Order: sequence, then C-alpha cells, then structure tokens
Amino acid sequence: MNPTSSGGPLATEPPESPLLAEHRSAGATLTSFAGWTMPLRYGSDLAEHRAVREAGGLFDLSHMAQLEVTGPGAGASLDRSVVSVVSGLAVGRARYTMLTASDGGILDDLIVYRLGPEEYLVIANAANRLTVLDALAARSEGLEAAVVDRTPHRALIALQGPVAAGVLRGLSGVDLGALRYYAIAVGAVAGTPALIARTGYTGEDGFELSVPATAALAVWRALLEAGAQAGVVPCGLASRDTLRLEAGMPLYGHELTADITPYDAGLGRVVDLGHEFVGRDALAVRAGRPGGQTMVGLIGSGRRAARAGHAVLLDEVQVGTVTSGALSPTLGYPVALARVTGAAAEPGTEVVVDVRGARQSMQVVPLPFYRRSR
Amino acid sequence: MNVPTDRQYTAEHEWIVIDGDGDVARVGITEYAADALGDVVFIDLPAVGSVLTAGQACGEIESTKSVSELFAPADGTVVEVNEAVTDAPEVVNTDPFGAGWLFTMRIDGAPALLDPAAYAAMTSGQTL
Repeated sequence: MNPTSSGGPLATEPPESPLLAEHRSAGATLTSFAGWTMPLRYGSDLAEHRAVREAGGLFDLSHMAQLEVTGPGAGASLDRSVVSVVSGLAVGRARYTMLTASDGGILDDLIVYRLGPEEYLVIANAANRLTVLDALAARSEGLEAAVVDRTPHRALIALQGPVAAGVLRGLSGVDLGALRYYAIAVGAVAGTPALIARTGYTGEDGFELSVPATAALAVWRALLEAGAQAGVVPCGLASRDTLRLEAGMPLYGHELTADITPYDAGLGRVVDLGHEFVGRDALAVRAGRPGGQTMVGLIGSGRRAARAGHAVLLDEVQVGTVTSGALSPTLGYPVALARVTGAAAEPGTEVVVDVRGARQSMQVVPLPFYRRSR
Repeated sequence: MNVPTDRQYTAEHEWIVIDGDGDVARVGITEYAADALGDVVFIDLPAVGSVLTAGQACGEIESTKSVSELFAPADGTVVEVNEAVTDAPEVVNTDPFGAGWLFTMRIDGAPALLDPAAYAAMTSGQTL
C-alpha cells in the first residue's frame, strides 16, 4: 500500500470547482485563475454587471480559500496572525483584515468570520491559499489551535444584488432581516446545510454561501431557478472585477501586494497597533510617518480607460501608478484606483495619466465611485 | 464559430472585403475576436487619410478587461471610418461582420490574406 494515497489530495494541488461542468454546459467563457478554471463570463460581462446593480447575480467563488481555525487557542492564534483583534468579535460577526509579513508587507487580505467561541472561518484569496495556510499554522505554534484547509471540500457561492435577500428568503430558514452586514449564520439553503454570510465584493447587498462541495450543484441550480423571475443571472469574474472597482474595493495583486503596507494601500484603518501580531513593529514605524503613498480614486472623461501600470503625473512629475482601471459600466466614464504620494492624494487634484502615450486628465475623488441607494 | 465565406481574413482576426474593382476594402474584426475580447467599450480608429502598412498597429479596441491593438490588414489609405462603432462600440459584439465594420481603405498592391477555410482551420482548435 502506498502510504501517501490515503490522505486525499495534497494541499498543493489546486482543486476544481464542483460547478465547473455546470459552467461548461452553460457555455461560459472560462479563464485560468490561480490554477483554477473559473467562469470569466457567461455571455456579456456588461449585462452581468448591470444585472447585479439592478437585480441580482450568482457567482461561483469556489476558488476562494476557506480555512478553518478551531480550538481553545484559535482566537489567540488569529490575533497574533492578523492586523486586527478578531478574538473580540461576537459569535456570528465578521471582520475584514490583513495578514502581514514581519516587514509589514501585505501577504493577503482576509475576511475572518467567528462561527463559535472556538471556531473561526478565514476566507483568503485563491492565489494566496498556501501562503495564508502556512502563516496561520506557523503563527499558531504553541497554542491549542488547529488550522485546516476546507477549500477542497466546500464551495463558495455569492448571491449579490438588490433582489438577493428576497430570493434567498424563500430558500433559507434563516431570518435574513436579523442578519446584518458582516454577519454570518448557520442555516440551510435549499435543504443543504450552509454558512450564510452577508458579505460581498460588489457594492450591493448580498450573501456569500459556504456549502459542502457535494451540494454545490443543487444549491447553484436552486438559487438560479428561484431568482430567474427576479432577474438573477450567473455572473463571471469579469463583472466581479468591474463591480468591486466601482465599489472602491482593493484586489490583491493590484491594490495590495507584499511590497506595501496596509497604510500604503490607504487601509491603515484595519490595523490595530494595540495588540501583538507579526508585522506590528514595522507597521508602528510606518504609522508614525504619515504622508507616504496611499490609494486614491481617479475619474476621467471619454471612454478610454486608464489601466494598471499607467503612470500618474502631477505637474509633469510622476506621483504614482494606476493599480486598476476600467470604463465604469454603471457610471459611463473611466474610473481607476491608483497608489500616489504627497499632494496628489488630495480629492479634487487634477492629475494626468499616461494611457499608452496618450495623456488623459483625471481627477482625484473620494471612494467609492459607486454607492448603492439603500 | 461563424466564418462568412464572402470575405478574407488575417491571422490577427480581422476580416476584409475587397470591392469588385479590387482597390477599396472594408475591414472589421471577426466574431472569434469579438467573443475573445468580451464587451467592447472603446474603439480608437485611424483617421481618414492615414497611410497604413500591412501588419502594423493602426488602432485600439478595448473591452472592460483588456486592450487589443488593431492591425492594418493591407497597405493603403483610410477612406472612411465607421463613426457608428466609435459611438456605440457594442455593435462590434452584436454584428461583427455587418454593422460592426470598422473602416474602409484604398489598398495598394495585393495583400496576403487567409481564405475562409484557412481562417476557420486556424481558429477551430483554439480556445478563448
């Protein structure tokens, strides 16, 4: 007997979404993302974007890492691992936070959900799954905490948009009215046990549902069927990217990288320097030097979008770089996120972006670009 | 994938219809290219009167996710640009071989082009 064959797939093998065959049969255009094959779009990415703003969209996010941290030392181990104090979360609440290296560089951005007194769920980016897994395991050393990668056995499905709550209400036994933003409840969707979180990456109301991989297809189909009348359509990663950009939300690899701290990404507010964690000392030094680089929003006119990598100029001097940009499908003009220094961070500042040699005027604006009406 | 047989193609996924006299051609991008790009949101076309060199970049096509260069399918001079597609770029997705044409050009010499069968063969095995 081969002793390695009994332990299931190795953690290093990127698993496959349990919905991949369903996406293929729906005619989705697929893309490779961090080793996963995921839907880029089913038809028109603009139509998918609009559906989420006006009705609802269903996303397969099974590539996102689902890591469980449990045990009497789970809270303490997470507190020393991330930039926030998550042990202070009430059961059923969640926090957006970051994992940093000892030099303060961002290893990933995370959502940590507290499922029980000694039980947490960490959602990490697909590309950083092993980095986060290793860091959480290493940083829990000496504490009674177990870190387990649930990604291969779970699916993550997001239902986002103004009709999301109405559609989900008919399929889940949970009182959604009592489930606030950044809260999570244990419940069921279409008869399947599910973790139901009121979180998302689109700027709309919505839910992220963690379900067993074996039940993913039944849940996916039930949500699409229940939502069809209300305008819910399956959506790919292309629309997810333009939706999050309009909502001013950062994307790891673009706005966030290992070379910068949360402060340089304009997200110093997530850092709690009042506790011990890996990266704290470096971040305390950085926090004491305000006025460095930060993340800003830029808006332009016309239809030509600034893109990641384009230089941002103020008075002919480069003051930053665009990290993400697109023609906003909702607003109809170009929007971009950029990392800039100094005076260029001030809202109202007129800057110039070098769009492949064409100089485009853009204005620094507060984020988000798009805010839903409640 | 639809490959109309009434025109010729380039390896850069453009189509070209040359009129009966053999000197003025209408140019667009193929359905394959439009599908690969996704929703087209911005098109930058060469100005009327621009002199083009076959294989050289002569414009840009942007979708929400990507920017692609447009390549001249032949040597020649731009005669007319389709302002309807610059105003409403989505027509490139909905009707790439018809209303989504990009420009016309007066061509010099005999361009090297692919016939429909060769273009269909080139794109048949490729995934987007």
